[in-house]
Amino acid sequence: MDLNYSAEELAFREDVKQFLSDNLPAAFSDKVRKGQSLTKAEHEDWHAILNGRGWLAGNWPVEHGGPGWNAVERHIFEEECALAFAPRIVPFGVSMLGPVLHKFGNDAQKAHWLPRILNGDDWWCQGYSEPGAGSDLASLKTKAVREGDHYIVNGQKTWTTLGQHANMIFCLVRTDPDAKAQEGISFLLIDMDTPGIEVRPIILLDGSAEVNEVWFTDVKVPVENLVGEENKGWTYAKYLLTHERTNIAGVGFSTAGLESVKRIARAEMAGGRPLIENPHFAARLAKVEIDLMAMATTNLRVISKAAQGQAPGVESSMLKVKGTVIRQDINDLARRAAGPYALPFASEAVDGMNEPPVGPDYAAPVAAQYFNNRKLSIYGGSNEVQRQIIAKSTLGV
Amino acid sequence: MDFNLTEERQMLQDSLRRFLRDKYDTETRNKIIDSETGFSGEIWQEMAELGVIGALFSEDDGGFGGAGFDIATVFEELGRAGVVEPILDTALLAGGLIAEIGNDTQKGMVEQIIAGEIHLALAHGEPGSRYDLSRVTTTASEVDGTIVLNGRKSVVSNGGTAGHLIVSARETGDAQDPDGISLFLVPPDTQGLLITSSQLIGGGHSAEIILDDVHIPAEARLGPKGKAFPALEHQVSRATVALCAEALGAMETAMALTIEYLGQRKQFGRPIGSFQALQHRTADLLIELEQARSITILAAGHLQDARDIRERHVSAAKHLIGRIGRQISEESIQMHGGIAMTQEYALAHFAKRIVMIDHKLGDTDHHMERFIALGAA
Ligand SMILES: Cc1cc2nc3c(=O)[nH]c(=O)nc-3n(C[C@H](O)[C@H](O)[C@H](O)COP(=O)(O)OP(=O)(O)OC[C@H]3O[C@@H](n4cnc5c(N)ncnc54)[C@H](O)[C@@H]3O)c2cc1C
Repeated sequence: MDLNYSAEELAFREDVKQFLSDNLPAAFSDKVRKGQSLTKAEHEDWHAILNGRGWLAGNWPVEHGGPGWNAVERHIFEEECALAFAPRIVPFGVSMLGPVLHKFGNDAQKAHWLPRILNGDDWWCQGYSEPGAGSDLASLKTKAVREGDHYIVNGQKTWTTLGQHANMIFCLVRTDPDAKAQEGISFLLIDMDTPGIEVRPIILLDGSAEVNEVWFTDVKVPVENLVGEENKGWTYAKYLLTHERTNIAGVGFSTAGLESVKRIARAEMAGGRPLIENPHFAARLAKVEIDLMAMATTNLRVISKAAQGQAPGVESSMLKVKGTVIRQDINDLARRAAGPYALPFASEAVDGMNEPPVGPDYAAPVAAQYFNNRKLSIYGGSNEVQRQIIAKSTLGV
Repeated sequence: MDFNLTEERQMLQDSLRRFLRDKYDTETRNKIIDSETGFSGEIWQEMAELGVIGALFSEDDGGFGGAGFDIATVFEELGRAGVVEPILDTALLAGGLIAEIGNDTQKGMVEQIIAGEIHLALAHGEPGSRYDLSRVTTTASEVDGTIVLNGRKSVVSNGGTAGHLIVSARETGDAQDPDGISLFLVPPDTQGLLITSSQLIGGGHSAEIILDDVHIPAEARLGPKGKAFPALEHQVSRATVALCAEALGAMETAMALTIEYLGQRKQFGRPIGSFQALQHRTADLLIELEQARSITILAAGHLQDARDIRERHVSAAKHLIGRIGRQISEESIQMHGGIAMTQEYALAHFAKRIVMIDHKLGDTDHHMERFIALGAA
């Protein structure tokens, strides 16, 4: 047992730190720290900066233009980015579609789509969920009917994150209505500019406009946009979901979040003393910090195994549950710490408008973030579904 | 022992519930929230006509209620419908203070309040005061019968639309001293006042108010010089019970929506309410909801008691409501899934309203500490 990183790993961490301090625009980290959302152009700029260094697609093998990192290196990179308040890498092309194409795409698809992801030519979004198909994804109804060289797609996707920015969507569609639910699904790449597609924003409870409904009416999709084999889409979708769950523990986000809470609690006064010295608040903070220390170590145990080539199993589900609960607890602490100044609705905190915040600037985003991050335990396989997976794999009843 | 409402309160509850059910749906509320003032004057007027405001004042003050159970009855219904109109600020905090310590001229305003004709706000909280009721650094100095106010008030609910502000300021003592605090009735157009309004999460507006050499006549003082704190604490305790009842009503709605949805929403070919993982949590929430109801009844029933007993019960209630409120809001969102994350779906408003009540008049930790301190005394 050795809890230390190797010399190479430490050197790599220094590289990442240096890179971030040289290249991460202060305007971006400022927005992230304040809980503001980035514009499309800002996201694209950040992707381009990372791509310039060859670090945009940390989970891609060298042959496809990735850095070929192992799980430990990926973890170090993600952690340093979070601690520096770097914008999140938009996951849909890089983390989700990329690995599916590596494994199941044909040569033409790889040659066409992969460089475009790295170069930022396409903005992808994920068209899985439907109004009737959430946790039970396999019950999806959007259908694609083959007509000559095209599929004709009809139906509706929902919860499409950042679909308003996207020019491409990867979709699960039903191609065989008569087969068993999982067996009639195909994986299609669809150009969002095709006639018959309509994107409608969904406003979330914190006022943010990050998700959408996407409607398809007689949308013509060329057959060469089918990934892999027809009716085998469920296999690819499941493969993608395992990649969606990398960095699922969000240790870096939690560590950075905890620092923010402490900063608020040092500035806020309660009964004439800094809140951080208040025993009840200090106890709440300590509890979450201890949870995080343990979870970060679980995460490293899983990562270390993965770096040795052992695919994580049920541990991913454990990290998803614990990681999201801790992040949500931290959001809860932040809103508590801000006190009455958590009340004013700071639309600028969400939209990046230029009104000055009502209270101290640290207070502006905390309530919105608290509500927005309720999503963490709902998406990416809800925490109930994860618990079901954990229980099933061990109870055997 | 009798836990039933009196006939009058039952009638008020019924008529208010019916009125809000007909008039106050999600779409209407969302429009009101985004309107310029953040409340509907029309709804306000109609509620006043129903007797909603009169029920919050005693007969001596021209109303027909004013007891803890009247407050709880009204605010549970307002909470159930997710009402955002700042009745609490006008009628309980400001109105209650005027009725308790106002002189005869000032008390003339109570009639207008009950009729729904005027809107008021209590400008008390300050940037560094957090939930500390006696912390006041805004100063009042009297020169030749004129009072000069200087300082800053923060997150003043309804502060931007009130016809009159009740401003707390210190005449003597240091920042934390309950002694030395006075209240003043200040028209919002008085020179030296800078009022900036913003929206609140969960509805309503608040204002940041800067007082820069604000001159007002000595007659503007509300209540005894430097001795306003006991009345302030008393009215805040009534308003705190109102917040507990409002949260209770909102939690009832959150639970009703959740239970209905668990019965309707199907995944894996059956209602999600048939999954035991969700059933047990629903059961836990229903148990907690009854706890919330009981602690609210308890606090309402002790509002007329001696100060220490009253305050201890009020702090117990606000603490527990904060705790249960978080649980019910978070769990009802979680058990709904994505739909509950949307502005358009009714639950979003209730979840926000319930959690944000924890940020008004003291949060769950503040009231636990206060409960402990009051018990040790
Ligand atoms: C902000 C946000 C962004 C999203 N982005 C995307 C995106 O970009 N692309 C995309 O395709 N999807 C996206 N989603 C959708 C997300 O994946 C779904 O919300 C998720 O799968 C849950 O589905 P649902 O919301 O329909 O809830 P439901 O599946 O209806 O679940 C409702 C409740 O029932 C519980 N439940 C369901 N089944 C069981 C069971 N067997 N046992 C116990 N409990 C159960 C759930 O855990 C939940 O608590 C996003 C969602 C949100 C909120």
